[in-house]
Amino acid sequence: MKILVCIKQVPQKDAPLKLNESGTWIREDVSYEVNEPDAYALEEALRQKEKHGGEVVVITAGPVRAQQVLREALAKGADRAIHLEDDKFVQLDSTNTARAIAAAAAEENFDLIVTGLQSDDFGAAQTGVLLAEILGLPHATIIIGIEKTDSGLRLKRELEAGHYQFIDLPTPAVLTIQSGINKLRYASLIGIKQAKNKPLRKVAWAEVEPKLSKNLQQIERLYVPVKQKKTEMIEGPAAEVARKVTEYLKNTARVI
Amino acid sequence: MADTILVVAEQREGKLNRVSLETIAGAQAISKETGWPVEVVLAGSDIGSLAQELAAKAVARVSVLEAPALTTYTSDAYVFALKQFIQEKQPKLVLFPHTYQVRDFAPRLALALDRSLISDAVGYKYENGRLLFTRQMFQGKFAADVSFAGDGPWLATFQIGAFRGDQAEAGSAPVENVTAAVSEGSPRVTPHEVFQEAKQAVDLSQSEVIVAVGRGIKEQKNLALAEELAKALGGEVAASRPICDNGWLPLERQIGSSGQTVAPKLYVALGISGAIQHLVGMKGSRTIVAINKDPEAPIFEIADVGVVGNLFDVVPALTEEIKKAKSA
Ligand SMILES: Cc1cc2nc3c(=O)[nH]c(=O)nc-3n(C[C@@H](O)[C@H](O)[C@H](O)COP(=O)(O)OP(=O)(O)OC[C@H]3O[C@@H](n4cnc5c(N)ncnc54)[C@H](O)[C@@H]3O)c2cc1C
Ligand SMILES: Cc1cc2nc3c(=O)[nH]c(=O)nc-3n(C[C@H](O)[C@H](O)[C@H](O)COP(=O)(O)OP(=O)(O)OC[C@H]3O[C@@H](n4cnc5c(N)ncnc54)[C@H](O)[C@@H]3O)c2cc1C
Repeated sequence: MKILVCIKQVPQKDAPLKLNESGTWIREDVSYEVNEPDAYALEEALRQKEKHGGEVVVITAGPVRAQQVLREALAKGADRAIHLEDDKFVQLDSTNTARAIAAAAAEENFDLIVTGLQSDDFGAAQTGVLLAEILGLPHATIIIGIEKTDSGLRLKRELEAGHYQFIDLPTPAVLTIQSGINKLRYASLIGIKQAKNKPLRKVAWAEVEPKLSKNLQQIERLYVPVKQKKTEMIEGPAAEVARKVTEYLKNTARVI
Repeated sequence: MADTILVVAEQREGKLNRVSLETIAGAQAISKETGWPVEVVLAGSDIGSLAQELAAKAVARVSVLEAPALTTYTSDAYVFALKQFIQEKQPKLVLFPHTYQVRDFAPRLALALDRSLISDAVGYKYENGRLLFTRQMFQGKFAADVSFAGDGPWLATFQIGAFRGDQAEAGSAPVENVTAAVSEGSPRVTPHEVFQEAKQAVDLSQSEVIVAVGRGIKEQKNLALAEELAKALGGEVAASRPICDNGWLPLERQIGSSGQTVAPKLYVALGISGAIQHLVGMKGSRTIVAINKDPEAPIFEIADVGVVGNLFDVVPALTEEIKKAKSA
């Protein structure tokens, strides 16, 4: 199988985030990491390749810094990478992001395209599904199991509240992957070394621009949400905090 | 044509998904400010009786969009049928509940209509004649007001719990039967039965006290800290999703939208950030205590007591203090 994995670079989970001057996004001087479900999508692609042969290609759209997620993927075993490299790519909505990725991927005829189910920053949960529509492919979402069959794929789909469903899907197809589908691997030292010599193709903004159109939604403002509940905040040395919480549980909440 | 709001209600296997009523309540609220009447559409086959329940709400019309091809959900059939329906009706705004099913087809539907979908909104604002949708960003650390550019129909999904279904205003609406458009080809996805994994050994919904751990616990061996606290409180241990994904605790102890929903007397969250998918599973708890080193963690939004601190210092001290209080 020839598989494309879409990987987004997002701010690190524990990074303290600050608003930018225009109040439309965060300040960019933070640490970044691979969007969590995308790491699972990559792992699944590598496992499918190990079982059935083929090739794993990784793609990201974003500024120069985003190359890091491609390097990590190559070190883990991806064969080559595509970088839609420009600061402007992160200002695209999900539809245009999908259009950009589709433009760079269309001629490659992948058997399978995998994305994460949603990003940890904007979190639209749309890019993969839109990619399928643009490429005219069938798709399935929130996948936590993939098995190759004679006619395509047998997939385990997560549903709400502990329910599941198996579905069959012909390839080529697009899947959005849920975290926890597998156990992630670490990059090996050899892998990290080899990654340096693996091909990385850069795609410039101008190459895909004709395929894009105006964003049909815009962020008016970003802000810290207003608190809805009155929280009693307790800080201080552990012993003192423990005493205060216990008092609360005993006298106010009456649970001990 | 006058502007309308169309709510796409959801049914599965002949049962109305109750979150549809939340979306109707949201649509009614927007309608009060914009003056746009609310209509509802329900897709499926043989679902006339479900439409009656929707028609008992204060809406202008309920359309039953039926075809045998819509009996079992597939994205192909839903997109095809709803695209045609929306193109004919030309509503200004189309609203959905943000369910797994909607996540599966709504983005495709929006693009097929050459329009845009604002997903997972928690509310809306109507400012100077402009409609904005509020959504959580960066896993709840920020919120954003997002607007549509360009012409309608505009599509948006509302997060589960964004509005209260029991507050959808009652009324009486005419029901209209519409034969759904069906594509010539058969759907590319073949769905099988919905199932649950084997019976569960613990039923957390019965627990009065739950101590839940998140990624802040760092390593599997540190779970002992939570177990001791749970023992002192006489409760059960549960977890956020990443802990169960790692296999540190069984899936049946996962709290949240893809796990269990609980409402104990006391819920103690250790090193859990408070992503919405976790909150929906526990926000009904009577008392919520959160311990987190990040003062900005969204879990504090819904906690009764918030402790900003290192759980590795606070939890052992708390366990000791509770033991003392109990034996006193
Ligand atoms: C009006 C507007 C303004 C924005 N401005 C900014 C900004 O200034 N700075 C900024 O950083 N972001 C900005 N964004 C966020 C934007 O870049 C989103 O990432 C984009 O809309 C894709 O949607 P998503 O992140 O919600 O992805 P989802 O649809 O939630 O992502 C699903 C999956 O798609 C894949 N995917 C998504 N994006 C990429 C990508 N870029 N490369 C590779 N794979 C990807 C991943 O596999 C991911 O798991 C803006 C968004 C909008 C709508
Ligand atoms: C479709 C879908 C379904 C999902 N279903 C679920 C679900 O059912 N249940 C669920 O939980 N999640 C679910 N998720 C995942 C959810 O979005 C979050 O990713 C997840 O809840 C985060 O878990 P966490 O809070 O443990 O980890 P993180 O978000 O990484 O938070 C860890 C927290 O620990 C704190 N911390 C770190 N070290 C310490 C320390 N020493 N002392 C104190 N605090 C510390 C940090 O400040 C941080 O706030 C779902 C996601 C999707 C997209």
